[in-house]
Formats: sequence, structure tokens, C-alpha cells
Amino acid sequence: MKVVGNSRLTGIADLERMRQEILSRYTPSARSVHICMGPGCAAKGSHKLYELFCEAVSQAGANVQVQAKPVGCHGLCGCGPIVLIQPGDIFYQRVEEPDVAEIFRETVLAGRLIERLLYENPATGEKVDTADKIPFYKVQQRVALALNGLIDPTDIEDYIKSGGYSALGKVLNGMTPEQIIADVECSGLRGRGGGGFPTARKWRSCREAKGSPKYVICNGDEGDPGAFMDRAIMEGNPHSVIEGMVIGAYAIGSQQGYIYVRNEYPLSVERLKWAIEQAKELGLLGQNILGSSFSFDIRINRGGGAFVCGESTALMASLEGRPGEPRAKYIHTVESGFRGKPTNLNNVETWANVPHIINQGPKWLAGIGTGKSKGTKVFSLVGNVVNTGLVEVPMGISLRQIIDEIGGGIRDGKRFKAVQTGGPSGGCMPAEHLDARVDFDELTKLGSMMGSGGMIVMDEDTCMVKVARYFTEFLQKESCGKCTPCREGLAQMLYILDRISRGEGEVGDVEELGTLAELLEGTALCALGKTAANPVLSTLRYFRDEYDAHILDRRCPAKECRGLFRYEIDADACKACGICLKNCPAEAITGEKKVPHVINQEKCTLCGTCWEKCPFTAVKKV
Amino acid sequence: MAEENEFIVQIVDRYDGDDGMLIPMMQDLQAELGYLPLEQLRYLGRRLEVPVSRIYAIATFYSSFRLAPKGAHEVTLCMGTVCYLKGAPNIAEAISREFGVEPGGTTRDRIFSFQAVNCVGACAVAPVMLVDGKYYESMTVESALEVLHELATEKVAADKEGQT
Repeated sequence: MKVVGNSRLTGIADLERMRQEILSRYTPSARSVHICMGPGCAAKGSHKLYELFCEAVSQAGANVQVQAKPVGCHGLCGCGPIVLIQPGDIFYQRVEEPDVAEIFRETVLAGRLIERLLYENPATGEKVDTADKIPFYKVQQRVALALNGLIDPTDIEDYIKSGGYSALGKVLNGMTPEQIIADVECSGLRGRGGGGFPTARKWRSCREAKGSPKYVICNGDEGDPGAFMDRAIMEGNPHSVIEGMVIGAYAIGSQQGYIYVRNEYPLSVERLKWAIEQAKELGLLGQNILGSSFSFDIRINRGGGAFVCGESTALMASLEGRPGEPRAKYIHTVESGFRGKPTNLNNVETWANVPHIINQGPKWLAGIGTGKSKGTKVFSLVGNVVNTGLVEVPMGISLRQIIDEIGGGIRDGKRFKAVQTGGPSGGCMPAEHLDARVDFDELTKLGSMMGSGGMIVMDEDTCMVKVARYFTEFLQKESCGKCTPCREGLAQMLYILDRISRGEGEVGDVEELGTLAELLEGTALCALGKTAANPVLSTLRYFRDEYDAHILDRRCPAKECRGLFRYEIDADACKACGICLKNCPAEAITGEKKVPHVINQEKCTLCGTCWEKCPFTAVKKV
Repeated sequence: MAEENEFIVQIVDRYDGDDGMLIPMMQDLQAELGYLPLEQLRYLGRRLEVPVSRIYAIATFYSSFRLAPKGAHEVTLCMGTVCYLKGAPNIAEAISREFGVEPGGTTRDRIFSFQAVNCVGACAVAPVMLVDGKYYESMTVESALEVLHELATEKVAADKEGQT
């Protein structure tokens, strides 16, 4: 990490001077290697790649001007580690350690492409050299992720060079708080954390609320399983979140902010801490920001590993040093929130949108999206799709476009079954609704919700009862236990789902689930409890036949629930190799050389070892 | 003991003695000692003039706090939706069977503590396991057990080296 060593900026002119100075040092033809350090690429060893590139740079000698840059998530995580080379935007995928020397010699120094590391379009077999030619990126429109993968998140100069903090400059150079709120209102920005509450209305209520001090909070407690959008923003472009918060604080009239980050994201904490330090050093945060009379400071708090803390009142309780239990919201947090004072809480992605609205004007964001859902939304597209990763799309795009055009369709030639959005509060939508538009209201109508942006694609081999059971178990474990409907209701629902997936379901179970779900929705204390039945309700709505098959026929159509299907050996496919026989822990398989093997169903414990081990896929689930 | 109390004083001072910052204080304490010894929590309570019951409520509410010492290595298995659908439960079951440790526990030889968490946010390369913060992607039962057996062998080798 670079130490900035710059002196405080005392005005907007100073900031602009600094930007010009950085730009004058920068030559567009300068060569640089961008190594993705996003969670997906990091899991595949990109840290080591970065070290190797740094080594290569240092050995290249003083007359060769190359920079190795660690950057945030590029999005196409399934093809990681990803390395980008400038100039030319050359996009290399699945880069491994031995490739580093070759990339450096051939591409960085000599400007030649390495065919084997280029992305191959699976539809056409054509190799493409830059990211914009990859179908995965073509349909996307990046706002919150605009600078992800381009800038070094540990270097504030890189952010400033790309226009960073100019929105803050604009705000402090003559915009009134009312003007800012009016702009945000005109842009149509709604909360990206899941609820979709109009951001400007929240800001205005907090600004007008009585009491001081006022607090501003960034919710980085990204707890939905299957989601990593906020993580990518905090780690790939932390300054965009900080700039958004400073602008919000100025509009609301707050001097103290908090960022609450999930305990599982230590790198996010590190990046944000560093970014805050750099911003303070330059006078973009802290006392008298950019020489104005406005002061604002940010503190980071780490979560303790409780899902419920993503709920605003629970989060505030946690910030106050108490167990994270929500409270009823008869009194809004904008009036009495953290420490009983007016508090405005927004999600990471919402904050990251703010500087763009100020810079490009509110009409620009309002020009993207549908009637009541403006702008873009980041999704983590995961599950059984070909291209897994992080995507940002304009609101109003269809689910089909996201899954087929960006995701490249279902993996391994399987059929699509359902797409789950909204995390544990959301639901599963079937193929008949693939043409639905992705916006706040449309998804809610279908029994799911936008949520914070997890999008899990499931193929035909996924059992929907198991999915419902998974989310219910998750919520039952994470229920804080404060209100009875959630604490006891979820436990009962899980008990019923457990029985159904073991093949012990009874007629009437489905109705019982419906009653419990209704009760939960109507009486739970917080939003998490009220929506906790959605996974069950949506699967019941669209996949009732699967529940019936489990209960009435004692059969799991997707062949996932142990005990509700059998293993058999296909005599035609069996080569009598004996591998299954040797590996069977129950000695349930008989057979001789050249004679197709047979599973003794009475002895079989359904462990699935034979199914995993058979090299000829002769073991079938029936 | 006096020295350790000094340590609590340091942590408390770091947050200006603000009992609202109890959670960060406990996190710092755990980061330093690996777990929250009851003795230290009592001292923290006295120092902040906060009942130990409140500290204990926090320590047991948040899953990241532990009241017992942990193993030499920290093994975290992701149980997020995608990891779950791609077979993480089988991996958890296999680890429990092979090493006799349930999620949340530590192996008897203290080689590793085993944790199952909701989502580590690396869903694109599921199932994911972390050992001491290092990510292992696309795990299977075999590859996960292999990684953990290596930890055990390392420990044995290190012990032997220590003896000679």
C-alpha cells in the first residue's frame, strides 16, 4: 500500500489542482497490469499472481515503465483469476502462476497476444481479446461497479484521477442540503439493501427530525447467503461509499457516521479503514472538509456473525453494544434510532450510487430503469449457470436476459428449474416467469423480492423442498428469538419440512405450512420475520407438485432427498469394472468380471458412493 | 494476571471506556487471546462497570465469539446457499466423521477448530472452505479431507521437530 503523504486540501480548487497533477503524471500509453483481487479470483490464488507480477516489474529495470495494480472484482469470477493489461484492455482469464513470465514478456513488453489465455465465446468458439466483446459484459451497465477493476482500491489518487470526490466538491461548492435531497429524489433512487424505500424521503425525514446529534450509517452487514455485491464494492472501490456517505451526511446534517461490516469480511474492513485514513489525510473527511465549515467522521464497526443485524434496528442495537435484537418500528429510526437520536441508514450500494447522481445529474439515473425502479442493480449471479459472478444491470431487464445472455444459460446442458432472488426473505421463480422484468415491484408481485441482490439459478436436479428447507433452517438458526412467531413458528415449519424431505410427510402438512406462514407474515416483529415464510410460500406456489410427490408418492422428483429414490445399475452401461463393488461400504453390490453388477436394495444404505465413483455413469438414480 | 489486566485496560482505553463499544472491545480481546476467558470478561465488566451477565449475553448471542480456546488452525466451511446446494453438507458430515468434531467445536488434539458459517461471499467458486483465512475453492469431500489431513501431518511433524 502506498502512503499518500499529501497535505490537506483546503478547497475545491485544491482538489482539482491535485487531480490535474495526478493526470499530468499519468500517460495514457503507460503499461499496467491489473490483477483481480476479488473473492473469487483470490480463492484461485490471485495474491500470488500479484506478487509475481510485482517481482517481474522490479526485475524489468528502470527504463521499463510498468505498474502492477491490485484491483477489485471484475465480475466474471467463474473464469478467474482475471488479469487485464493496459493499454488495449487485453483480458486474460484463468491465469496461473507459470503464465506470469510469459504474459510479462509477450504481452506487456512486446504487445503480443497469448491466444490460450483469451476468453472463448462458447457459442461461436471465437476468441476475443477485450472484455467489452464478451457477452457477459455486453448487456451490463455499470454504475456502482463503474470503477471496480479499473482502480487500485488502496490508492486514493487512483480514485481522484477518475473523478473521485468531485461530487463532494460540487456539493460543498454551493449546493444546499435541500438541493441535494431534491436531486436524489428526482433521480428516483431507492434503497438497494432489499426494502427499496425511497432514499430521498428517508434523508428528508432524518434532516427534519428533531434532536441532535444525527447519525448516518452504512449497512455493510451483507448477510444473505449467496450474495457478495456489497463486499465487492467495499473491497473494490471503498472511496465511492465514503464519498456517498459524506454527501448524505451534509444533506442530513450529521457529523458522525458508522460503517457496520460483516465479521466474515476482514478484507472489507481493512480496505475501508485504509480509505478512511487516506481521505482524512487529504481533508476529504474529518474536521472542516475541503476547507468548509462542514465536519464529518466515520467509524467502522465489525459485526459479530448474526444475520439479524442486517435489520436496521438490530444493527443499531449491535452498534450500541447490545445483542442485535430488532424492535418494533412504530417510531422510525430516522426519528429515534442509534442512541435514541435521528439516524439515517442506507446500504453500501445505495451510498455508492450517490456520487454518480450528483456528478451526472438526477435525470441521468432516472433515465435508466422502469417506472418506479430507477437506475441499475448489482446481482451476484451464482448457482448452475455457465458464467458465475458479479453483474450490474439496468432495472427492467428480464430474468431471462440475465440468466441466458449474461449467465450463458444453464451449466452442463441441464434444464432450468428456478431462480431464487432476495436471499432468505425472497422466493423461487419458475421458468414461466423468466420474462418478468427485474424491478422492486414486479419481483414482489411474483412472491419473491429484489432483496440485496443474490440471484441463485437452479437446474432440474435441484429439489425445491430441500431449497425451502435450507432457507427455513437458516432462518430458524438465525432467528434472534425475541418474538414468538419467528422463534417458534420457524421451528415448527422446519419440523414439518424435515419430515416431508425424509418421506414422512402427511396429508395436510402443506396446509399446516400455509397457516404457519400466514401467521408469521402477520405477526412477526421485524421485516426478517415477516418475510421468513417467502421461501416456503413461493415454492408451494410454483412447485406444489414436488411437495405432493414427497408426501403422497414418497418420491423426490429431483432425486436429492435421501431415501426418496433408489440407486440402480444400468446393465447396458456397466462395464463390470468392479469399482463400485470395491467402494461400497455396505457390501451391497454383487457382480463378477464381465457380468453387469447389481445393487442389493435391501442392503443399500443410499450413501451414493457407487454413483460418485462409477467412471461410466452406469449408476442411476431412479 | 496483573499483566493481563493491563491488557484489558489498554483495550478499554482504546475506546475511551465507552461501554457502547463493548463488542469491538470483546473482538479485540478475542483477536489477541483466541477466545474469551471468563476471568478476563469479569475484569472487563468491573472496569466498565457493566454486569458480566450483559457481557455474557453478547458473547453467546453473536456466533463469532467463543468461550473456549481454539485449535492451532481455523477451518471454516461455507454453508451459503450455493455451497449448500453444491454439496457442503456432505463435506461437513465427512469432516465431523473423520475428525470427530462438530461445527463450532475443536478437535481433541487441538489441531483445528471447525466452524460452519452462513456465507463467505465467494459463491462463484462454491463449495468453499477456508483454512486460516486461505480460500480453497470447488471443494469435494475428498479434497477437503485431504487438506485437513495435511494439517494433521504438519502438526505431527512440527511436534517431532520440537522433541528432537
